[in-house]
Amino acid sequence: MGSITFIEHSGDQHSVDIEEGKSLMQVAMDHGIPGVDADCGGECACGTCHVIVDGSWIDTVGSMTEEEKLMLDMTPEKAETSRLSCQIPLSEAMDGMTVRLPEFQM
Amino acid sequence: MNILAPVIEKSAALIPIHLQIKGAHVYQKVKKSIVKGKPVPVFKESLIPDVDSLAIEDIDVSNPFLFRQNKWQSYFKRLRDECPIHYQANSPFGAFWSITRYEDIMFVDKHHELFSAEPIISIGGQPEGLAIETFIAMDPPKHDLQRQAVQGVVAPKNLKEMEALIRSRAEDVLDNLPIGMPFDFVQDVSIELTSRMLATLFDFPYEERHKLAYWSDVAASSPEATGGTGSMNEAFIVAAEVAKKFSLLWREKEAKKAAGEELGFDLISLLLSNENTKDLIGRPMEFLGNIVLLLVGGNDTTRNSMTSGIHALNEFPDEFIKLKQDPSLIPNMVSEIIRWQTPLAYMRRVAKEDVEINGKTIKKGDKVVMWYVSGNRDERAIDQPDQFMVDRKNARKHLSFGFGVHRCMGNRLAEMQLRILWEELLKRFDNIEVVDDPKYVQSNFVKGYTQLMVKITAKTAC
Repeated sequence: MGSITFIEHSGDQHSVDIEEGKSLMQVAMDHGIPGVDADCGGECACGTCHVIVDGSWIDTVGSMTEEEKLMLDMTPEKAETSRLSCQIPLSEAMDGMTVRLPEFQM
Repeated sequence: MNILAPVIEKSAALIPIHLQIKGAHVYQKVKKSIVKGKPVPVFKESLIPDVDSLAIEDIDVSNPFLFRQNKWQSYFKRLRDECPIHYQANSPFGAFWSITRYEDIMFVDKHHELFSAEPIISIGGQPEGLAIETFIAMDPPKHDLQRQAVQGVVAPKNLKEMEALIRSRAEDVLDNLPIGMPFDFVQDVSIELTSRMLATLFDFPYEERHKLAYWSDVAASSPEATGGTGSMNEAFIVAAEVAKKFSLLWREKEAKKAAGEELGFDLISLLLSNENTKDLIGRPMEFLGNIVLLLVGGNDTTRNSMTSGIHALNEFPDEFIKLKQDPSLIPNMVSEIIRWQTPLAYMRRVAKEDVEINGKTIKKGDKVVMWYVSGNRDERAIDQPDQFMVDRKNARKHLSFGFGVHRCMGNRLAEMQLRILWEELLKRFDNIEVVDDPKYVQSNFVKGYTQLMVKITAKTAC
């Protein structure tokens, strides 16, 4: 089974196993990764599960959708490879991927 | 509705905004006396009947006394259970749909392409002649540009800078409260703290900060919009005052900018620094709209959440004990307070096309009211929703901030203010006892308190 690594703004790292079919947000919540709030529960409607995907992995996970962009436009920490993790369904193809967490979710 | 706005827009460059508003005021007074235009509704309080005595189509949750008379829980529960998408054809605010379940509210809030926030988010319309334009009541893409210009003022990074200042002001307020003597928590703590906060955000003269709370109250209390106690005269007078004061602040900052001085992180400086809004003062109804939005948004909501925390912990004394034993529960409790109170009861939309939800067809053009106050008590989405639990799991999962593009911009500021208040309260006081029945605001929109008499006990040194 592959794994994904979350890097907090402080630099702390957390690796979690990939569970196919679950969203990246869901595994972050299941493992209590600090810095992910996910207030809306996966509806792409609050912007508080923001992650910044490592550039070399963006082709694998895909770029933010228009719907995500509307929410992500509200945070000054939006980057080119920003995504809402609730909109990323996990697959084994993501084995070894790293995502950074912003300083603040908002 | 807003017949004067185009005239005001055109003359903006020549005549100061506050004088234009005065002109519009005179015009409205004359018009009302001659033409007898749409009458402003007057709401007289009478006893609200038990919900079970009514036919479902006669239930009217726009009654501005529903919260005050504590009937809202039974009214909304019946709608959630029997008719979650409910049509009221004859309210004093016209016909409207009520969306009362959590999931359905989420659907409406998410789909801004189906449900427009324009022209305004209250059940009723704005006072005639005073139709301000604010991004809470704009659809994308205009909404996005305006919001982006101001949201930096409440961005978490900026808040971090302000935390020490907010804390010292809270300490100052709490250190001066009378011990063992009844006082009004609303006036002496909630209003005082939010006024100080707003003065900071606006870089507003600190000694005049109480005007901000008063202006906000008047702006939110229009009878035609929310069933409040305001009057047309007062609304116009206040609008003129706000315009005058904030135009002055704007010109001062503009002069600073022109002189090459560095601008601060207050609201007006941010507006002046942004390409899309640097000329906002030339669009008076938008200028006024943005100011009023941040005034009301940053005032009533946090004020009433501050008060409701005290109320809730008195209603659920075991939770108070739990909290005192473990103050690390404060951030979680803050979310729970915001859910339990739901300081703004709803947001209104207008269907942009025919939409079917939960078996009902909402027609294009119909008003649709998302009752956050009901969704936050929806048994289908929230465990034991009427219970106040400081350690509730998933406490952040609530509707009070809304969802989608209009999600509350100041949510992190609100949470921070409440967290600081509770950290400082627990440091100082052993008990905060409610000593009289709370008094409530007359409104179908602002779910809040006008008075909460309390008595505090200082912590005994151990």
